[in-house]
Amino acid sequence: MGMTIAEKILKSHTTAKEFKSGDIIKVDIDIALANDITAPIAIKAFRSCSQKGVFDLDRIVLVLDHFTPNKDIASAEQCKFVRDFAKEYHIGNFFDAGEAGVEHALLPEEGLTLPGDLIIGADSHTCTYGGLGAFATGVGSTDFAAAMLTGQAWLKVPESMKFIFKGKPGRWVGGKDLILYLIGDIGVDGALYKVLEIEGPAISALDLSNRLTMANMAIEAGAKAGIIAPDAVTDAYIKPRARRDYTMYKSDHDATYVSIKEYDCEVIEPQVAFPHLPENTRGISEVGEITLDQVVIGSCTNGRIEDLRVAASIMKGNKVAKGLRCIILPATPRVFKMAEAEGLIKIFLEAGSIIGPPTCGPCLGGHMGILAQGERALATTNRNFVGRMGHPKSEVYLSGPAIAAASAITGKISSPQEIIV
Amino acid sequence: MILKGRVFKFGDDIDTDAIIPARYLSTSDPFVLKKHCMEDIDSTFSSKVAPGDIIVAGKNFGCGSSREHAPIAIKAAGVSCVIASSFARIFFRNSFNMGLAIFESDELASQVREGDILEVEVATGVIKDLVTGKAFKARGIPQFMQELIADGGLIEHIKKRGRL
Repeated sequence: MGMTIAEKILKSHTTAKEFKSGDIIKVDIDIALANDITAPIAIKAFRSCSQKGVFDLDRIVLVLDHFTPNKDIASAEQCKFVRDFAKEYHIGNFFDAGEAGVEHALLPEEGLTLPGDLIIGADSHTCTYGGLGAFATGVGSTDFAAAMLTGQAWLKVPESMKFIFKGKPGRWVGGKDLILYLIGDIGVDGALYKVLEIEGPAISALDLSNRLTMANMAIEAGAKAGIIAPDAVTDAYIKPRARRDYTMYKSDHDATYVSIKEYDCEVIEPQVAFPHLPENTRGISEVGEITLDQVVIGSCTNGRIEDLRVAASIMKGNKVAKGLRCIILPATPRVFKMAEAEGLIKIFLEAGSIIGPPTCGPCLGGHMGILAQGERALATTNRNFVGRMGHPKSEVYLSGPAIAAASAITGKISSPQEIIV
Repeated sequence: MILKGRVFKFGDDIDTDAIIPARYLSTSDPFVLKKHCMEDIDSTFSSKVAPGDIIVAGKNFGCGSSREHAPIAIKAAGVSCVIASSFARIFFRNSFNMGLAIFESDELASQVREGDILEVEVATGVIKDLVTGKAFKARGIPQFMQELIADGGLIEHIKKRGRL
């Protein structure tokens, strides 16, 4: 019987001879990661258990990206706690200060996460690496501690759902719009415990950045992982960066899926998710008049150079609406440098945007863009839960970078067509 | 083991930002986190909840972030177990890894009321509503996860067995 890409990756990482969906298997980990919020709990658990080193120094990654640059004394203490641990245990893949960026944008750039890998991360958006053809899933701090100790994790073997995107997406429709459309269709628990396998001609035509965006939000449909089969586009990106060998798996033609669904990209408009769930999606033509106090462009979902290029193409020569706070956070130092070299930073500044450092900051209501009571933001981030970006009585709308940039100029949620005809 | 407590009911898709808002994640201290448990949905929850009380919710409880601060806050607030129609997967595994008892039952989630008193037999998943007299049976738990509960969570499991 044929196997899905997820099953093939699991099989290559377990000693279990046979398994079926629902079984619990123990798997060997290629990469385990944590950040400044989730690592401290894991480090305490690790220290309670072992005086030995971590199982493999090259396979543990720590990134200080959530409340950095430190937002207050408590977050500074948390970062110091992780920093001291990294130093004591000689963790090589420790990203701090000017080397740190939003983890899920940073790790692919660094060539640390590869096709065919089995990756766990104490961060729910670890599923991002599925865009490279890896089996990557978010876990908790305790799982990360266990991975540091043993190099292994326990996983319940998931079923797979297949989604095929056909047709050519419109000019302003990117990976974010396609995944929001999917989540709007199946709901925030539509893929609970399952793998989203995403394919089709429209996906093959996407660059890697947009594929990472799609896999990133698999968790917003409840999925364990979102996987896009690696191809020549993936290989071209990975080959110059990879520090290890990698395997590009594909699903067999007779693999088993619990469901197969097709979408026609020709009819998918740029999408906006309304408060307070990512499933509350509407096409841009059905949004109506929604005025904004803030726009955020950045995050592990849409903070890569490709996203900034889209935003800059719309903001060039225009001004941010008076009084609106347009905050742009390049996701990594490399993205920042490229944006500078390409003249994008100048475009953003001249438009009246605020440029911030690479950080998760406002996405989770941490810092650098917190909303007051009654305020409303449009963000290229991934969640719009109650209080996600600040006051419990504030609102977050989600979109891709094109709508975000256009909306920053008009001051209300707008189609890029209003700016660029 | 028998758990007994008063029901606090919540709806569908209760996310981890609702369980513990990210603005409090600059600490993992249970005593701080418990004061803010469920704050953005019910600002009085932490002052009302008593040791042993039980959270009952709809589908997809714990969706969103991977933060273990969520089960930590719930446990520290004194909640003895969470019963929901379904759980988001990271919250589900975090609870077992940390030794917070959770149970899945559609029937119970739709039939018990706020303030009912439940008695939960952990080993069998049999749950009685002492107010209405109704009895429920939660979905079964896989063998390995029963081991985790018996060992007191994942880290204790590794300490005891020397492996995952």
